[in-house]
Amino acid sequence: MTALTQSAPTRSERQYQFSWADAGPFLALAALLALGFLVNPDFLSVTNLSNVITRSAYVAIIAVGATFVISSGGLDLSVGSMVAFIAGITIMFMNMMAPSLGLWAIPAGMAIAVVTGLLCGLANGVIVTVGKIEPFIATLGTMGIFRALITYMTNGGTIPIDKSLREAYRPVYFGTLGGIPIPILISAIVAVLGAFVLYKTKYGRRCAAVGANEDVARYSGISVIKTRTIAYVIQGACVAIAAICYVPRLGAATPTTGQLWELQVITAVVIGGTALRGGKGRIWGTIAGAVILELIANLMVLSDFVSEYLVAAVQGVIIIIAMLVQRFSK
Amino acid sequence: MFSRKWFAAVAVGALMVAGQALAADKKVVAVSIPAADHGWTAGVVYHAQAAAKEINAAFPDVEVVVKTSPSAADQVSALEDLSASRKLDALVILPYTSEELTQPVKAIKDMGTFITVVDRGLTDASIQDLYLAGDNIAVGANTAKFMIDKLGGKGDVVVLRGIPTVIDDERIKGFQDTIKGTGIKVLDIQYAHWNSDEAFKLMQDYLAKYPHIDAVWANDDDMLLGVLEAVKQSGRTDIKLALGGNGMKDIVKKVIDGDAVTPVETPYPPSMIKTAVYMTVANLIGQAPVRGHVKLDAPLITQANAKEYYFPDSPF
Repeated sequence: MTALTQSAPTRSERQYQFSWADAGPFLALAALLALGFLVNPDFLSVTNLSNVITRSAYVAIIAVGATFVISSGGLDLSVGSMVAFIAGITIMFMNMMAPSLGLWAIPAGMAIAVVTGLLCGLANGVIVTVGKIEPFIATLGTMGIFRALITYMTNGGTIPIDKSLREAYRPVYFGTLGGIPIPILISAIVAVLGAFVLYKTKYGRRCAAVGANEDVARYSGISVIKTRTIAYVIQGACVAIAAICYVPRLGAATPTTGQLWELQVITAVVIGGTALRGGKGRIWGTIAGAVILELIANLMVLSDFVSEYLVAAVQGVIIIIAMLVQRFSK
Repeated sequence: MFSRKWFAAVAVGALMVAGQALAADKKVVAVSIPAADHGWTAGVVYHAQAAAKEINAAFPDVEVVVKTSPSAADQVSALEDLSASRKLDALVILPYTSEELTQPVKAIKDMGTFITVVDRGLTDASIQDLYLAGDNIAVGANTAKFMIDKLGGKGDVVVLRGIPTVIDDERIKGFQDTIKGTGIKVLDIQYAHWNSDEAFKLMQDYLAKYPHIDAVWANDDDMLLGVLEAVKQSGRTDIKLALGGNGMKDIVKKVIDGDAVTPVETPYPPSMIKTAVYMTVANLIGQAPVRGHVKLDAPLITQANAKEYYFPDSPF
C-alpha cells in the first residue's frame, strides 16, 4: 500500500474477497487451539481459556492503541513503564482519597488514571512530532523516565492499595458480567471503538495515509503532526485503561510492573498483520495476536514436552513460524 | 558456620569498646550497592542507609558513605569516583556482577583499602578481606524440611523458580536434594522470573493442569504474592501450604499473624548489608578480627521469632 488513493478501494474490496493474509492471525489462533487440545484436553476447559484470555486483556488493550501509533508510522516503547507509572499514580491517589471519599475513591482514581494516560501520550506525541525526534529514541527516553518515576515512588519496593478499597476493586479483574470476565468485556469494547475509529472515520484513514507516505499525506492537506500526536494520545488512553484493569489483580504497583510489555505489545500488533513500517492497521488481528502470545505461554506450561530452560526458545520459534505463514500466504 | 547472634554480639561489643577509644583521624567507609530496582535491592539500600546513619551518629571519627548504582558499568564508575577524591579505609561492596567488578575492586584493594564483599562473590576470592553472604542452599533445604514435616512425608508440590542464576540454582538444588527419597513429588517446575505477574499466570496454569496440589513453593516472596492471588481466585482448598523465601515484610507479617497457608518463611535478608558494614567498622575502630568467610544461616522464621525479621518501615 503506497498511496492514499489505493487504500480506500483495498479496504472496501476486503469486505467481499477472502484474504489469506488478513485471516492469517485467526487461522494461527485456531491451529494453536487445536494443538493445545491434542497436547492436553484441559487446555480447552472453560476455566483455562477464560484465565488465558483475561490475562491477555492488558496486552490486547494496549496493543489496540499501538495499532494506531504503528499504522501512523510511529512506535512507542514506553507503554510498559507507562502502565507501571499510571498504576502507581492511581494507587497513590486512591489511597489518599480513601479516607474522605470512601469507595468513591475508586472511580475518582480511575479518572485520574485516564487523565495521566492522556497526558503521558500527549508528551510522547509532542516530543515525536513537534520535537521531530525519531519515535524509537523519543519513547526510549520516556520509557526510562516512567520506569525511574515508579521506582522513585515505590522506593524500589511496592505501593499496595489501601485495604479498605482492595475488596471493592477486586471484581474489576476477577469479576464477571453475564458469565464473561470483566477485563475481556473491557478489551472487547476498546477493540470495537478502535476498529470503528480506524476503519470508519476520517481520522482512521488519515492515520493510515500518514503511515503509508508522509509526504503524499502532507500534500493532500493532512496535518501529519496532529494525526501522529492524536495516535500517541489514543495510545496513552489505552495504557490507562489497561492500568485500571491491572491494579485490582495484585493490588500493587512495583518497579517490575509491565516490564517488557512493550515488546509483547509490538509482537501482538505485528502478528496481527499490521505493518511495522506503517500504513496498514488491523485491530482485530492485533487482538488475535495478543491472545496468541498468552496461549503459547499457557501451552508451554500445560504440555510436558519442553524443558523449562527452552520455553522462551520455543515461543520465539512459534512466533516466527506464524509470521512466515502470513508472509507466504499472500 | 557462625551464628548470626554471635556476630551481632561481637560487633556490638567491639563497637562499645571502640566508642570509648580516643578519636583519631576520620576513617572513611564506602558502601557500594546496586540501586533499588526491585524489592530485595530496595531492602539493601534501606538497610545500608540505616547502618550509615547509625554508625555516623555513634562514631564521630567514622564516616560511612553509601553509593547506589543502577548497573555494573555505573558501579565501576562509582568506585573510581569514590576512590579518586579521598582515601578509602574500607569498601563494602555488593557487586552487580562478579566478572565486571573484580578488576576495579582489586585496584582499590591495591591502594590499601579493607575490602568486604557481600552476597555475590568476585571471581578472585583473594581480593576480599571479609566475605559475607546468606545461604541459598539452606533457603531451599529448610523450606523442604518444613514441607516434609508438615505434609507427613508425602505430597504433590509445584515449584516456581526465578531468573536463571546461581542464586536460583542453589535454592532449587537445596530443595531437591532435601526431598530426595521422601514421598514429596515435584509435579512441575518453571521459571517466573521473580515477578508477581508472571507467577500469577504460572500458578493459574498449574492449577488448570493439576487437579490436586498439596503445596506450592515460590523461591521468592514477590512471586508468592502472585501465587496467593491465583489460589484465592481458583477457590481451591487442596493447597495446604504456599511458601516463599527472602523475608519480605508482607509475608513476615503473615507469619506473625499465624496464617494457615503461609506459616513460615525463610530469610535471605537484605539486612545482611548492615551486618557487613557493622563488622567492617568493628575491625576499623575496635580492631576486632573479622577477616574470613561468614555465611548467615537461613533459619525458619516462625511466629516465635518473626519479630526479629520484621521491618515495617523498609520498602521490602
